[in-house]
Amino acid sequence: MSTIAPTSVAVRPGTVVAGAFVALVVVAAVAPQLLTSGTPTQIDLRNALATPSWSHPFGTDEAGRDLLTRVIHGTGLSLGIGLGATGVSMALAIVLGAVAALVGGVVDTVVTRILEVTFAFPSLLAALLIVAVYGPSVTTSIVAVGIGSMPGYARMVRGQVLAVKQSGYIESAHALGHSPWTVFRRHLLPNAMRPLVAVVTLGIGQSIVWASSLAFLGLGVPPPSPEWGALLDAGRNYITTSWWLAILPGLVIVAFAIAVTALGRSLQQRLEGAAR
Amino acid sequence: MRAALPKLASAVLVLVVAASITFFVQLLLPGDRATVILNLQNGRDQEWPAAEVAAVNTRFGFDRPLAVQYLDYLAGLFRGDLGDSYTEFRPVTEVIGAQLWPSVVLTVGALIVAWVIAVTVTVLTVRRGRFLPGLGSSFEAFTASLPHYWVGMLLLVAFAVQIPIFPVIGGDGLAGTVLPVLTLAIPLSGFLGQVLRDEFDKVLDQPFITTARTRGMGDTAVRLRHALRHAVLPGITLSGWALGALVSGSVIAENIYGRPGIGQVLVSAVNNRDVPTVAGIVLVVAAIYVIANLLVDLAYAVVDPRLRTS
Repeated sequence: MSTIAPTSVAVRPGTVVAGAFVALVVVAAVAPQLLTSGTPTQIDLRNALATPSWSHPFGTDEAGRDLLTRVIHGTGLSLGIGLGATGVSMALAIVLGAVAALVGGVVDTVVTRILEVTFAFPSLLAALLIVAVYGPSVTTSIVAVGIGSMPGYARMVRGQVLAVKQSGYIESAHALGHSPWTVFRRHLLPNAMRPLVAVVTLGIGQSIVWASSLAFLGLGVPPPSPEWGALLDAGRNYITTSWWLAILPGLVIVAFAIAVTALGRSLQQRLEGAAR
Repeated sequence: MRAALPKLASAVLVLVVAASITFFVQLLLPGDRATVILNLQNGRDQEWPAAEVAAVNTRFGFDRPLAVQYLDYLAGLFRGDLGDSYTEFRPVTEVIGAQLWPSVVLTVGALIVAWVIAVTVTVLTVRRGRFLPGLGSSFEAFTASLPHYWVGMLLLVAFAVQIPIFPVIGGDGLAGTVLPVLTLAIPLSGFLGQVLRDEFDKVLDQPFITTARTRGMGDTAVRLRHALRHAVLPGITLSGWALGALVSGSVIAENIYGRPGIGQVLVSAVNNRDVPTVAGIVLVVAAIYVIANLLVDLAYAVVDPRLRTS
């Protein structure tokens, strides 16, 4: 393996494909009518459970509704849940991680210890515990997935803030007589957060996978919503007869997760390249 | 062994904090707990006479001060008591009971299969010509990003429906275990493979590998006898961590294949808002996770002689 760092990271074709797919998903979320002329609730009983074909690329469900149209119209809610959950976990992580790193001492020990404990709770199980307390809903999914994936982020934020805090330019800023709040806002926070941009990108894909896992278990967004997880939940009842109803929405989630991961990785490499 | 004591103490501390979290989460249940329990058991949503509420409060000990309830919960854990189910009026340990074993079989089976896949792909593809390494790492990156429910459904459609080799609803026999184990093992093998590959690649540049080769050792022998041993270390650490992901996955896999296990109990408990049962299962899993990672720490010292002296 070469140890010479490339001065600029070339954009690979895979990244372009991933970017194009993510852009398509964003369009579907913001303006689904641009991608499909159909409506997600259009019932056509003569065409119920039709296999995928040119007129229905993803097939139709038990009421003859076009699955691709439903997937496109469900994108907004799915993406919203993914963004919301990532937002919840990042907000908690930044508060916990930054406080631990900046205050230090006993506070740091306590926070680090508690985070260590939360690692013993698998993400899905932590999320299920929250669903058990508050009952399944869109809000519960966002909060449950957000809290379930928080510990990893918090540990990362703490590490980042610690590294930046000990760096020379923060020391210089203090020496120049800036107030601690100014140093925090102008120098510490932006520098500590920059590497996390890539992590957040990866996190959105993960959040959507976890939220759809909850829905798959019947504990997320309930059918007949066309939300991706809800489509899985509805489709799995037909898994032995009409495989496309659960497999194809699942494929869209997998493709989105892989695309977002690829983008996050390439972003990570660029940021690391820029840091050198 | 003396080095193991602080680790043991810290593991116990982790469990006490974990139990505190599951205890206080139970208090978050919206509304009066006794009313919730009466509603759950009668399938209604109403106010109940004070006498009935009081009876439930006494039955579950909610009439005692919070601090007493908390200490009693912690003390109960050391006696193997996880509290009582809200919907079944019996101890949570009884509800979980026999369901734990099939889940352990599934999880351990998946861990073994994932290792076999990851080691095979690594040994066969690292530094083997121009195309194989790329193929191997693409396979790993792809499988690592697959959600369990999707792998599970694909395997079900492919090998139980289209080509009916395995049963659709498996039970916990051997034939019914193959697909759930693969459902968990395939994504994990991707994660594991990525770690093994990195390490394997680095080890092949080490001087002792060159020494072994100059002694006339064949490539396969070098890979299996020397390189693999070193590459295994980070994989062991990852396996301890992976246990959490495996448990999450087994909830899904058991659900797809209708396989008995804590996943089934857990999902129906969440559906019934039976919070103590959910909290109990989460705590049992946390305990298993902590113990497994303790064992990983100790196993590390066995595999890596450098850690024994320091």
